[in-house]
Amino acid sequence: MEGVVVLARSAWGILLLKLIAILGLYLVATLVVGYAEHKVLAHMQARLGPMYAGRFHGWAQLIADGLKFLQKEDVIPRAADKWVFSLAPVMVVVPGIMLYAVIPWGKGLAGFSSDVSLFYALAISAISVVGVLMAGWASANKFSLIGALRSAAQLIAYELPLVLAAAAVALQAGSASLEGIVEAQRLPFILAGQELGFFIFLMASMAELSRTPLDMPIADSEIIAGAYTEYTGMRYVLFLLAEYAGMFGLAALGAVLFLGGWRGPGFPGVLWTLVKAGALTFIMIWFRATYPRIREDQLQKMAWAWLVPLSLANLMGTAAFKLLF
Amino acid sequence: MGLRVPGSGLLKGLGVTLRTFLRPSVTQEYPDEKPSLPARSRGVIALKEENCTVCMACARACPDWCIYIESHKEVVPPKEPGARPRTRNVLDRFAIDFALCMYCGLCVEACPFDALFWAPYFEYSTYEVKQLLHEKETLGRWMAYVPPPDPLEDGAEQPKELEAGARPARSPARTEEPARRGPSGPTDEAGVREAASGAGRAPEAVPPVRTVPEEAPGEPKAAEGAREHREVGMDEEVYQAEIAKGTPERVARAKAKSAWMRKQKEGRGE
Repeated sequence: MEGVVVLARSAWGILLLKLIAILGLYLVATLVVGYAEHKVLAHMQARLGPMYAGRFHGWAQLIADGLKFLQKEDVIPRAADKWVFSLAPVMVVVPGIMLYAVIPWGKGLAGFSSDVSLFYALAISAISVVGVLMAGWASANKFSLIGALRSAAQLIAYELPLVLAAAAVALQAGSASLEGIVEAQRLPFILAGQELGFFIFLMASMAELSRTPLDMPIADSEIIAGAYTEYTGMRYVLFLLAEYAGMFGLAALGAVLFLGGWRGPGFPGVLWTLVKAGALTFIMIWFRATYPRIREDQLQKMAWAWLVPLSLANLMGTAAFKLLF
Repeated sequence: MGLRVPGSGLLKGLGVTLRTFLRPSVTQEYPDEKPSLPARSRGVIALKEENCTVCMACARACPDWCIYIESHKEVVPPKEPGARPRTRNVLDRFAIDFALCMYCGLCVEACPFDALFWAPYFEYSTYEVKQLLHEKETLGRWMAYVPPPDPLEDGAEQPKELEAGARPARSPARTEEPARRGPSGPTDEAGVREAASGAGRAPEAVPPVRTVPEEAPGEPKAAEGAREHREVGMDEEVYQAEIAKGTPERVARAKAKSAWMRKQKEGRGE
């Protein structure tokens, strides 16, 4: 405890503590979301899901999975571009951690705050597709390449509505900083005027994460997990980590933008953020349990023909509202 | 049909998954929680060795030839002095190779003496094919898993074994045991024992018996019937009570006789 106090006195010490806290949150969120996905999917299919690992309702299942993956052979295909191949998972994971750094988990509880933290968050979360492209290209596998290109196309298509929906929020709040947005929201109607934007944001973030029903780039039944086909062991785990942590990260971003972040009666702010982000994560899992995969052309059509015009209209409506009243 | 709101199907789908999520799951955690299989499940074939007469009907019925039977003949000394000795088949080996068995159940169908039964037991998998050849000791142990037969439907005929069990011994001179082990042999005896021990059937097994032996007086087997008349006594009290109630004489006598028989049975401690 004293060590912590000593560390908290110096700027570098504070940075170190923040890094540890963010990394810890990142890893714990991954485990919890992964476990929740196992259990929620199972119960939505009238199953029980993991029940053995850790004795109590299989709570240690993901830890056991991680240990198993650690023991796996790390296979790099002979034709693969070795450096790019091994760097790609890192490229996917690091932006996720950087996203966690900027989200205000409580009042004044962000890794760092900035006046344009919203745009930082959106820009950072878009980087991971570079990692996916690297993985797909370096694998020297046609399925991986198809998956990577689909992923890139999907990200470009859905980045637009995501950014536009978030921009409308920033416009309404009159601030591009996440903390400013939270402060500007009025309880209890935290969604006021941005219901459409919230819906667009939810759809777009699921597409960003390539989650079922928008998982055409991964589509394990047709292109064998796309860019991840050639990955084994720990490198593969990093991709899974990025998916689950990314789910929670984008859910937290959604909670901050649309649901009032840490604000709420009774409980400490951090708890509110976590609960709201958890609820959004649950919705993502719920969608996965309910809907079948959308075809590639339908997926593109949904982005360009529906979500982009809708989010543009939403943005213009918000601007007009702001000007008039 | 009414107005179809676009996207209402999507919401309905969400409703289905949410409802399933909130309901308890249907999973049975097998090794911890044994499944309750229906009584007629074709899990394994059990052998009641006492009932087997080595008639080979099952082995011949088997399409897979997976039943192995070996036996020898024994000479049984005559029951009464002066009679000739009988021969009898003695079962040495009865084995079913469950690696070959296709669980068609034709052997169970074919068995005329109720020696083969289906049991809803399935946990006999092995790591080796050879170990699936099960001898009569194992097959006999599996009899413990055979469920009791279903209770009879209302108004169904009583099984012959039960009637035979309720009938008194043929002659008072003979003791109980030889009478039971008559020429009809072990089958009858075992059948009776099984019927009597059949769980769930015991309560209603007793009442129908009372009308059986005496319902057909003066039928072709009159001579034998006459002999039985001497043996079957009548409970005078019951008879008088029935007559006093105005019951027809024939019925009253039948009731009195069955009351007597019940008393006899109770006295014997059956």
